[in-house]
Amino acid sequence: MATFLQVAFDGLLNGLLYALVAAGLSLIWGVMDVINFAHGEFLMIAMYFSYWLGFIWKIDPIISSVAGGAFVFIVGALTYRLVIRRTIGKSAMSALLATFGLSMLIKNICLNRFSPNFRLLQDTLLGGKTFNLAGIIIPVPQLVIGLVALALLFVVYRLVKKTRLGWAIQATAMDKEAAELMGINTERIYLLVFGLGGACVGIAGGLLPSYLAVHPEVGALFSLIAFVCVAMGGFGSIPGALLASLLIGLVEAFAGFYIAPVFKYVAVFGLYLVVVMVRPRGLFGW
Amino acid sequence: MADPILEVQDIHCGYDGVPVIHGISLEVTPGELVAIVGANGAGKTTTMKTIAGLMHPFSGSIHFEGRDISRMKAHETIRLGVSYVPEGRRLFSKLTIQENLELGAFTKNDRREIGQSLEQVFELFPKLYDRRTQVAETMSGGEQQMVAIARGLMSSPRLLLLDELSLGLMPSLVEKVMEAVISINRTGVTVLLVEQMVQEALEIADRGYVIQTGKIVQQGTARELLDSPEVRKAYMGM
Ligand SMILES: Nc1ncnc2c1ncn2[C@@H]1O[C@H](COP(=O)(O)OP(=O)(O)OP(=O)(O)O)[C@@H](O)[C@H]1O
Ligand SMILES: [Mg+2]
Repeated sequence: MATFLQVAFDGLLNGLLYALVAAGLSLIWGVMDVINFAHGEFLMIAMYFSYWLGFIWKIDPIISSVAGGAFVFIVGALTYRLVIRRTIGKSAMSALLATFGLSMLIKNICLNRFSPNFRLLQDTLLGGKTFNLAGIIIPVPQLVIGLVALALLFVVYRLVKKTRLGWAIQATAMDKEAAELMGINTERIYLLVFGLGGACVGIAGGLLPSYLAVHPEVGALFSLIAFVCVAMGGFGSIPGALLASLLIGLVEAFAGFYIAPVFKYVAVFGLYLVVVMVRPRGLFGW
Repeated sequence: MADPILEVQDIHCGYDGVPVIHGISLEVTPGELVAIVGANGAGKTTTMKTIAGLMHPFSGSIHFEGRDISRMKAHETIRLGVSYVPEGRRLFSKLTIQENLELGAFTKNDRREIGQSLEQVFELFPKLYDRRTQVAETMSGGEQQMVAIARGLMSSPRLLLLDELSLGLMPSLVEKVMEAVISINRTGVTVLLVEQMVQEALEIADRGYVIQTGKIVQQGTARELLDSPEVRKAYMGM
């Protein structure tokens, strides 16, 4: 029983991390109908950013995560300005291919500059710390990321649903022209949304190097899982993405533990296939 | 005559470089209620979109209160006082009435001012007050049209552009909506209105323009147009 709970808890914590990555992707999709293929690479950028800050200046990932959020906000906004903006109004394929190209570019720059080595930060505030709660061993870095993810998801959700800016974001998503007529500068909303999507992964990526190694391929898996979470949850739905992410975290953990580690992604993508076959628009899809 | 609040001079515009408006000029003086009438595809909506800034003329100019707005975007012209209620209502379907109205006042930052505008539109359409928490897409066509007009008023515009208010409404509702337009005009808001229902529009207007395949073919006071045999024959089936 204790093992079961332990595995479940590990799965849920991982699921929360996926949810934060997926939330950014979902927000961008929901507002702009753009799938950002480079989303995982944004996460990787934040991880390298945090890693080098920690390695060179001994800055702790907790602090780097805030800087990472700001940094990737800018990366996201620039991506919109320089790449995505040119694809708006063209076929959906062009944004997909453009961000795919961008992901390749970022990955190969990192490969070229930083080599394919796996890099893990040592001696961080949280790194390696655990505590015992009723027989379950709780890893502190994972717990912190999970809590940060929950808090951020709540903030983003409230922002979109309850504030004037959020209504303007929703209005832009529903009818861009009508939104312009209200005095909403939709260009700026797009920029902001891309920045926000980036900031979500930026904060997550900033925290990660205390327990997850950085390498040029680390973004690819996250991109894929985040995409699955968003599609499974229903495109554009943040609660849907959260639910799907938790499910995927659990399935991944159980399949990895009770069947075999190599089997966990088979289970994850199997679940994805089943869900989209039964509900093609996802769990919360409209 | 007073200086025009809106002055459109010989605009040519269209889509993807293909012109559909071939040199339209018109003028609206402050306080007036002016109607543009014409058949399907005549170019009424295109003219309105161009004035509002959703698209830009290939040539010609548009002045609002003496200022050239031909190159301005829609989110800029509304800040100057031009509000466009688009054809087909275009409400934000998943948002509530209140949220739709608040977005209509997006250009305002003062909470008190927004509250005052809300009060004004609820006075004009009392029904909306009871429905303010209802999601827009669940309302009837007539109610949606009221929300669309109310939303267009929330920015306290000096020039209100109304496109095809009668679309999809039954005759008794059309009359009601037209009455609302009159009372809005009485509060001092200049109105430029586009309609396919020629008679209804000219009955409430001061002046009118008849547009056909992108050109103005007739203009005058509403009375003159209502009495004109050409207009009666072409648009009122008489
Ligand atoms: N988005 C568009 N792309 C290309 N052509 C368009 C577009 N919108 C309108 N047109 C064309 O421009 C011409 C004028 O259309 P417009 O919508 O201005 O007419 P209208 O007078 O408003 O008609 P209605 O009474 O049906 O609303 C039409 O021939 C129409 O086919
Ligand atoms: Mg029209």
